[in-house]
Amino acid sequence: MANALPFLVALPLGVAFLMPLLEKLHEPGWLIDLLATLAAVALLTLSLNTIGEAATVYWMGGWGPDSGVVGISLVCDGLTRLMLVTINLVTLVAVLFSLRYMERYTTKGFYFCLFFLMVAGMNGVAMAGDLFNLYVFIEVAAISSYSLVAFGCESEELEASFKYLVLGSLASTFVLFGVAILYNLTGTLNMAQIRGQMDALVGNPALYVAAGFFVMGLGLKAAMVPFHAWLPDAHPSAPAPISAMLSGVLIKALGVYALARIFFSVLGPTHEYAVVMMALGALSMLGGVLLAVGQWDFKRLLAYHSISQMGYVVLALGIGAAVLADGGSRAVAGLAIFGGLFHMFNHAAFKSLLFLCSGATEYATGTRQLKELGGLARRMPVTSGCCRIASLSIAGVPPFNGFWSKLIIIVAAVQAGYVWLAALATLVAFLTLVSFVKVQRYVIGGELPERHENVREVPVSMCIAMVTLAIVCVGAGVLCPYLMSADGVGFLDQASDAVVVGTRYTEVALGGMAP
Amino acid sequence: MVPYVLTMVLLAIGVYAIACKRNLVKVIIGVMVAEYAVNLFLILMGYRFGGRAPIRTAAMDRAAGAADAAKAFAAGSVDPLPQALILTSIVIGLGLVALLAAMAIRLHEKYGTFDVAEMKKLQG
Repeated sequence: MANALPFLVALPLGVAFLMPLLEKLHEPGWLIDLLATLAAVALLTLSLNTIGEAATVYWMGGWGPDSGVVGISLVCDGLTRLMLVTINLVTLVAVLFSLRYMERYTTKGFYFCLFFLMVAGMNGVAMAGDLFNLYVFIEVAAISSYSLVAFGCESEELEASFKYLVLGSLASTFVLFGVAILYNLTGTLNMAQIRGQMDALVGNPALYVAAGFFVMGLGLKAAMVPFHAWLPDAHPSAPAPISAMLSGVLIKALGVYALARIFFSVLGPTHEYAVVMMALGALSMLGGVLLAVGQWDFKRLLAYHSISQMGYVVLALGIGAAVLADGGSRAVAGLAIFGGLFHMFNHAAFKSLLFLCSGATEYATGTRQLKELGGLARRMPVTSGCCRIASLSIAGVPPFNGFWSKLIIIVAAVQAGYVWLAALATLVAFLTLVSFVKVQRYVIGGELPERHENVREVPVSMCIAMVTLAIVCVGAGVLCPYLMSADGVGFLDQASDAVVVGTRYTEVALGGMAP
Repeated sequence: MVPYVLTMVLLAIGVYAIACKRNLVKVIIGVMVAEYAVNLFLILMGYRFGGRAPIRTAAMDRAAGAADAAKAFAAGSVDPLPQALILTSIVIGLGLVALLAAMAIRLHEKYGTFDVAEMKKLQG
């Protein structure tokens, strides 16, 4: 199946460049819709096909170890697989939602062009086997997301996008600086080969400079707390399906995935890196939720919760790294990382769903101020039902998916001896619950304001998109105990295994060749 | 060591402009300076004093002998990979700056100023 890997980048790129052509030729709108839907279905099928297969590598142009020269490679191991499935699932749902939602903007072709460029970039980030391609794909996804945030061209949107653009390009500069230093130290860009030379470089100060640049750059992309200023402006300004993509997968693929890949598979976990990751995670977790509690704008509130929930993921990865670096039990590290990655998948499902629900209420009522909404339960049963499920998931109520992943992270923190972090995670879970009780009360419950008397449920395609994600939320929650007990076969297990056993990436990516 | 320090200084100048300047155009210049700091760093890393341009010719191969042709070439020439990298990076930078400039123009249309302090519809 290695030959299918390039299509995950090539297909969205091809579709993206067809879209403006169709727009310019004044093709009927249904052709653009059909093409976008088919492409998204094909991408999801391709990424689901990678599950259950052995880890694979694709060498561009055949410049692999067999030819004696290491060229550009696409690598698909457990972690990549998890990211691909998450990205393409949310992509399909966002495309379905966009079909009707984007009709009020006039240029749907251009919208889908940028959308699929972003998807191509994210799939590329997940598969890139060398550092420079990682940087290039980060830029492809990021530049399209800058334009998508400004898609409405109103002054708030432009302002948010400019801020995002300046900070985003600074982050990319930092990442490239880190890549350059690592290249200077090792003379190669291939991640697995760099890992092979890491032992000889321990204690080299330049290595810590590079790690610092990666933390700053990828922390900015992931909106970890000292670097989070752009996110609460940028994510709510985008059209709703794009907010779902940005919060649901973009900050994960560009930020958290790249962070995990570089610190676990390239640099190798050490105690210093682990402390930095735990500090970033804990700060984001607490800071995000404290800022979210006071918000009255639906989408802004959700954006602050994204920071907080990403904090959980980075905290769990940090705990895993700390246990691995200190030579602790591999099972505990595996549990922490499993919890973190499971939470990342769950967050993609429920946060995308919440942003789609906020988009649906905005589509129907024209406002996203919590105080102006209310009593939508009877008028919009599907949206309200989905919003309930997503809120219960993010708040960590059993048996929804958010409960299990938070529980696993907290248990792993206690087992690893970080009782204070476990207590903090529990406190944040409680504050999240409080915040979402407020959302439920003001959006779904209460009295229906008079001017929303004629509100109707959103079109069918938007409902299908929301219901799909709601099923994923419930399904992942109910099936979680079974996934946990089936030892080592689930694709989440393979993902955490790929992170825990850092050298496995080297084995996979170089196909047995000595690094 | 020297290239590290000097390019870091250049990067710091860019970051200073981004963080402290109120004029959008100066912020854009800051982004460009930061980008060029990293490009300069990459090219300095690959430079070798007295190195040859990395173009391999048949005459060079004949002079070095068949067995060591590749080794002799690698030892005598400048590292070509960073040059390829910064070409890509410059093109990406061009795209970014074009997008930044386009947005600055649209912002100027909306607010009638380039001053960041007067654009505050987003707060909180």
